Amino acid sequence: MSSYVVKPVPPNPDKRWKLVDATIRRQGQQARGLIETLHTVQEAFGYLDEQALRYVAVSLRVPLSRAYGVATFYHFFTLKPAGEHTCVVCMGTACYIKGAPQLLDAVQRDLGIHPGETTSDKKVSLLTARCLGSCGLAPAVVYDQEVAGKVSTAAVREHLKKWTHG
Amino acid sequence: MTPEELEEIAESERAWQGKFTQRVNVCVAAGCLSCQSQSVKDALDQEVSRRGSKEHCQVKGVGCMGLCSEGPLASTSAGVLYKKVEAADSPAILDSVEGAPVARLVCPTDVPFFQRQKKIVLENSGVIDPDRVEDYIAAGGYTALIKALTEMSPREVIDEVTRSGLRGRGGAGYPTGLKWSTVAKSVGAQKYVICNADEGDPGAFMDRSVLESDPHRVLEGMLIAGYAVGASEAYIYVRAEYPLAIKRLRNAIRQAERVGLLGSNICGTRFSFRIDLRLGAGAFVCGEETALIASVEGKRGTPRPRPPYPAMEGLFGEPTLINNVETFANVAPIIRNGGEWYAQIGTEKSKGTKVFALAGRVENTGLVEVPMGISLREMVFEIGGGIPDGRKFKAVQTGGPSGGCLPADCLDMPVDYESLAQAGSIMGSGGMIVMDESSCMVDVAKYFMDFCMTESCGKCIPCRVGTYQMHRILSSVAAMTATQQDLKMLAELCDLLKHTSLCGLGQSAPNPVVSTLHSFGEEYRAHVEDHKCPAGVCTGQPVGEPA
Repeated sequence: MSSYVVKPVPPNPDKRWKLVDATIRRQGQQARGLIETLHTVQEAFGYLDEQALRYVAVSLRVPLSRAYGVATFYHFFTLKPAGEHTCVVCMGTACYIKGAPQLLDAVQRDLGIHPGETTSDKKVSLLTARCLGSCGLAPAVVYDQEVAGKVSTAAVREHLKKWTHG
Repeated sequence: MTPEELEEIAESERAWQGKFTQRVNVCVAAGCLSCQSQSVKDALDQEVSRRGSKEHCQVKGVGCMGLCSEGPLASTSAGVLYKKVEAADSPAILDSVEGAPVARLVCPTDVPFFQRQKKIVLENSGVIDPDRVEDYIAAGGYTALIKALTEMSPREVIDEVTRSGLRGRGGAGYPTGLKWSTVAKSVGAQKYVICNADEGDPGAFMDRSVLESDPHRVLEGMLIAGYAVGASEAYIYVRAEYPLAIKRLRNAIRQAERVGLLGSNICGTRFSFRIDLRLGAGAFVCGEETALIASVEGKRGTPRPRPPYPAMEGLFGEPTLINNVETFANVAPIIRNGGEWYAQIGTEKSKGTKVFALAGRVENTGLVEVPMGISLREMVFEIGGGIPDGRKFKAVQTGGPSGGCLPADCLDMPVDYESLAQAGSIMGSGGMIVMDESSCMVDVAKYFMDFCMTESCGKCIPCRVGTYQMHRILSSVAAMTATQQDLKMLAELCDLLKHTSLCGLGQSAPNPVVSTLHSFGEEYRAHVEDHKCPAGVCTGQPVGEPA
C-alpha cells in the first residue's frame, strides 16, 4: 500500500539514524511504534529535538502534534540535551521521609539550578525521580547511572564538587 | 518441547550443578548491585580461578535475597548468609564454605525477618541464576505450563485459578479467575495478554525484584494465562527506569524461544504464543489499565471511561487480559500444586501470600513475602525489627499515593484487602512505608498530593484541577497560613475527587488526605490554630508555587 510513498530522509547523515530506522521498520512504520521509536532516538542521541520529532512523525505517518504530545506527556523523554554528568535525586516516599528534600535542597543551592535544568557550563544536569525502587537504601541518588544508597548531604556535595571542579 | 525433553534439560542441569561440591551465591539484583555486589562476584570468581578450584566450586549470581538494607548479600552452600560483603572478603568466604563461618559478616537467619516469611512468588529469588533458563527448569520451572498444555483444558486451568482464590496483586484485588473467564468468553479475532510491570508507586519495588530475580516465572504465568483465555500475543509493559529488569526479561524471552517454550506450536500442541516488551516512559497513570493500553498502542497514556472493560475491548479493540507481575508469578505454583493448596494460605477472602516492600523508618528494610492476614504489628515490629534510634512508631503508609496512613491503633489489624480498605487505605501493590514521630502527617499528605497533581494526565477536570487546589490548601496548612474554612474546603474536595474523577488516580488521590485528617486531625489543627508543626518539619515558610 505504501510503495509509492517516498521514504523520508534522515535530517542529517549521522549514522545513529540507522538505529532509528531499524526500530521504525520493526514497528512496521505504524503509529503504534511511536513510543518505541522515541525511546530509540533518545537512547541514540540523548534527547529529542525538533528535527528528530519531525522525522519520526513523518516516518510513522502521525501528525507532528501527536509526536510532540507523546514526547511531552511522558517524563522519561527530554527535549533538551543533558549535561556532561547527571545527578538524579530519588524523591520516592521512603527517600522523602529519610531526608531526600534536604539532599535536593543542598544540591540546588550548590549548583544554582532547579530539577530539570543543567548548569550554564553544561557540566551537570539535575533531575528528580519518582522512585528508583531502591527504597531499602533510602535516600538514594544516581550519579551518571550509578545508584548510591544511604546518601548524606555531605556525600552528595563531595561528589558534585568532583564534577564541577574536576 | 515435550515433557520428556523438559525433564532432560532439568536432569542435565542438576547433574552439572551436582558436580560442584561448593557454592557461593551472590545477589546481583538492583539493590545489592548498587552496593557493588558485581565487584564482589568478580572477586570471588577470580579467587576461585586462582585457587584452581573451578571444577568443584561455583560462584553464582542470583536474585534478591530480601534484606536489601544489609547488602551486598551472599550465601554459601554451608547454609550461611553473609551481609555487607566486600570484594576483599572473598578469600575468607571461600575458606568458610568448608570451615567455620566468617563471624564478622554473618547475617543471622533465625530471626523473624526470615522465619516469618512464606515464599511462593519469591521461592526462586536468591536461589537460581535469573539469566539461565536451565536453572529455572531444574527448579521445577515450566512444569506447570506443560501440565496445563498437555493435561488440562483451558476451562480447567481457569477453574483451578478460580479455586485458588487468587486476587489481582496490582492493588484493586479483582478475582483473577473471574477476569480470566471473562476474557475467555469474549469473542475476538485476536486476544491479547498484557503484563503490567509499570510499577509506579513510590516505595514499591517487588515487581522489579521478581523480574530481576526470576523472570521466567512471569513468562510461565503469562503463557498459562494465554492458553486459558485463548490469546496468542502478549506484551510486558515495563518501566524504562528498570534497565536491569528489561535486560533480564529480554534475555529470558530469547532463551524461552530457543528451547521452544515460546513461539509456534508449543509442546507440539496448537497453542502458539509470543511475548514482546513495551517500555513505559514514566507516567504513573499508565498503571491504570486503559491508560496502559493507550500507551502500548503508542499514544499518550490517558484513561478512558469503562465499560467497555479491556476484557471485552482492550488493546487494538480486542479482548485483553491485564494482570500485574506478581499475579502472573503466582500462577505456575497454583497450577503445579492445585488451587486448593493455595487457598489454604491466607484469610477467608484474601488467599495466598503477598510480597511487601518494607521501607522507611524501620530497622530491616527490604522485600518480604508473608501470608495474607498477618498483623501490621508483626510486619513492623517483628519482621521489620521495630523503629530505629529508640523513636516512637507513628504510622505505616500502604498503597502509595492511592493509599492511606494507618495509625498505631490499627497495628493489630490483619493485612488483607478488606481490612485495609475498611481502615481507609488500600493493599495497593505492596509498598509499606513506616514513619516515626519525626514525620509530619500534613507534610506527608502534601507530598502525595504533589505526586498526584504532577501525575494527573489532565483529561478529566476533577482530577486535574482538584489535585491542584488540594495541593494549594495543604501547602498553606504547612505554611501555617490556612484557616478553618480551608480545612472544610479540603474535606469537600476529597469527596468531590473521589466521586467524580474518571479513573483510579483521581478517585484515590484524596486517600492520603482523608486518612491523615481522620487519624491525625490534631496535627492539622495544630498547624491551623496554633501555627505549630508538632513534628518540627514544616517551617512556616510562605507558600511557593507548586513545582
